[in-house]
Amino acid sequence: MTTNPAVDAGWADPPPRKGFFTDTSVCIGCKACEVACKEWNAVPDDGMNFLGSSYDNSGELGGSTWRHVKFIEQPPVDLGMPSTTLPGSEGTKTDFRWLMSSDVCKHCTHAACLDVCPTGALFRTEFGTVVVQEDVCNGCGYCVPACPFGVIDKRIGEGVKNEGLAQKCTLCYDRLQDGLTPACAKACPTESIQFGDLDELRERAAQRVDQLHGAGVPQARLYGEDPDDGVGGLGAFFLLLDEPEVYGLPPDPVVTTRDLPRMWKRAGLAAATLLAGAIAVFGAGS
Amino acid sequence: MVPPAHFTSYYGRPVLKAAPWTHDIPAYLFLGGLAAGSSLLAAGGDLTGRPVMRRTGRLAALTALTGSFVALVHDLGRPDRFYNMLRVAKPTSPMSVGTWVLSAYGPFAGVAAAGELPGFGWLRPLGRPAGLVAAAVAPAVASYTAVLLADTATPAWHEAHRELPFLFVGSAAAAAGGLQLALSPAAETGPAQRLAVAGAVLELAAEHRMEQSMGIAAETLHEGRAGQWMRTARALTTTGAVAGLGARRSRVLAILAGGALLAGSVCTRFGVFEAGQESARDPRFTVVPQRERLAARG
Repeated sequence: MTTNPAVDAGWADPPPRKGFFTDTSVCIGCKACEVACKEWNAVPDDGMNFLGSSYDNSGELGGSTWRHVKFIEQPPVDLGMPSTTLPGSEGTKTDFRWLMSSDVCKHCTHAACLDVCPTGALFRTEFGTVVVQEDVCNGCGYCVPACPFGVIDKRIGEGVKNEGLAQKCTLCYDRLQDGLTPACAKACPTESIQFGDLDELRERAAQRVDQLHGAGVPQARLYGEDPDDGVGGLGAFFLLLDEPEVYGLPPDPVVTTRDLPRMWKRAGLAAATLLAGAIAVFGAGS
Repeated sequence: MVPPAHFTSYYGRPVLKAAPWTHDIPAYLFLGGLAAGSSLLAAGGDLTGRPVMRRTGRLAALTALTGSFVALVHDLGRPDRFYNMLRVAKPTSPMSVGTWVLSAYGPFAGVAAAGELPGFGWLRPLGRPAGLVAAAVAPAVASYTAVLLADTATPAWHEAHRELPFLFVGSAAAAAGGLQLALSPAAETGPAQRLAVAGAVLELAAEHRMEQSMGIAAETLHEGRAGQWMRTARALTTTGAVAGLGARRSRVLAILAGGALLAGSVCTRFGVFEAGQESARDPRFTVVPQRERLAARG
């Protein structure tokens, strides 16, 4: 049983929490998700760049990159364990391993961006997702350093739609309201991006990990499926084939507001020190 | 526990995003602190019969507050929507809390200062009560900005959350005390001198302690542009504190102390700001401490 953040946010009787399970073991790096996201959400271009990092030329998630396919080229590592070939297979090993992964906003259970937003522009939807209201955001940028995954950013570009406002994946809020699948998951040809009720996705993901372990892929592990992690589990979680940091993900993310009560206490103590000091300096003679 | 010999990243790219803030923000950190400290000294000057200190403090507070407002609005992606900050009051958002703290502080600091200006003599009778309310809110103005920075995923800010409020109130006291030393007559600046020196000592001590407690993110306080800001800050604040001790005997020393303390406070704010930005840009400061945390949990 997992907590439903929509209920915590005050929704009465919300639908089941929705999310993504991105199974990177079947991602083929086609970028259909990036394109579908841009098309459906009318996200402007994020630069015509050549980054020299394998097939990745969009670089990172940002104000105008809501899905981002990562390409990791790894040299062969022989640990004496089956890794890139089937157990017992005599087939030739390729000279490197290619990991591909489609990254996206994690729609955290405890979302720092939402916590720190001073205008209420970021809100929790009835589906348990986190969405920016573009007509409310004033571009203060506080959500940007608050995110432990570096997802949300201010949109840059002269004259583009919503320039200067914080932007990120909405998990296709408009499509969800009409009972449709988000554009990226709909476009994914290998079902690497799976959309559905989060509880069901977690069950499916656990089975997939077991299946991969049985098939001789011991590196397969889930990332962000644990409701007890530092962000209360992710609404968009992943199956990875290496350590999270290899994919540019933080290995142990924590929502910064977890420490906020302690921070306010320290600030209160400091304020009291200043007030006491100011009184004391006037009490101590000429 | 052994830290990992190396760490991996995705093409060396940052895991986090640095705050999309310009130098408006460290400038505001300084100006907000200066305003808060000045309101405290103005109220004290008012109650203890130091008219120049009162007047200087109130006008400095209003000037710094105006500069703060301009910097904060200018930094927004959509400055014309600044008033959306007033839609909600959210204790989980230090920026929202700060908005309301400044909303409580600003009008009273403004009324107190206006009474000092020619043409606003009719506001004079309100000067004392308004000044006292401003002084009561001022410590919150000076300290909340530490939480504003610390309540992020930015390693060098978040890991400094224990000491940063003390660093910031010390810096505010040093700046405001320094300004009074430079602008008010020696006969009135006894309290300002004590506040300036104590503030400078608190600023230096908190910074030293912070470096011990924030793990590898402390490296960002020593390297690059942030390192230059912090080294300059330490030199200026130390100079200001030492000169401040003799400030009431020599006009030259008073101006030197005041200038050094104000400049030291500016450098501290820019140094802390830049250190945070650098710590967000380098994935090492994100990944290595998290790996160590995981290893410690077993």
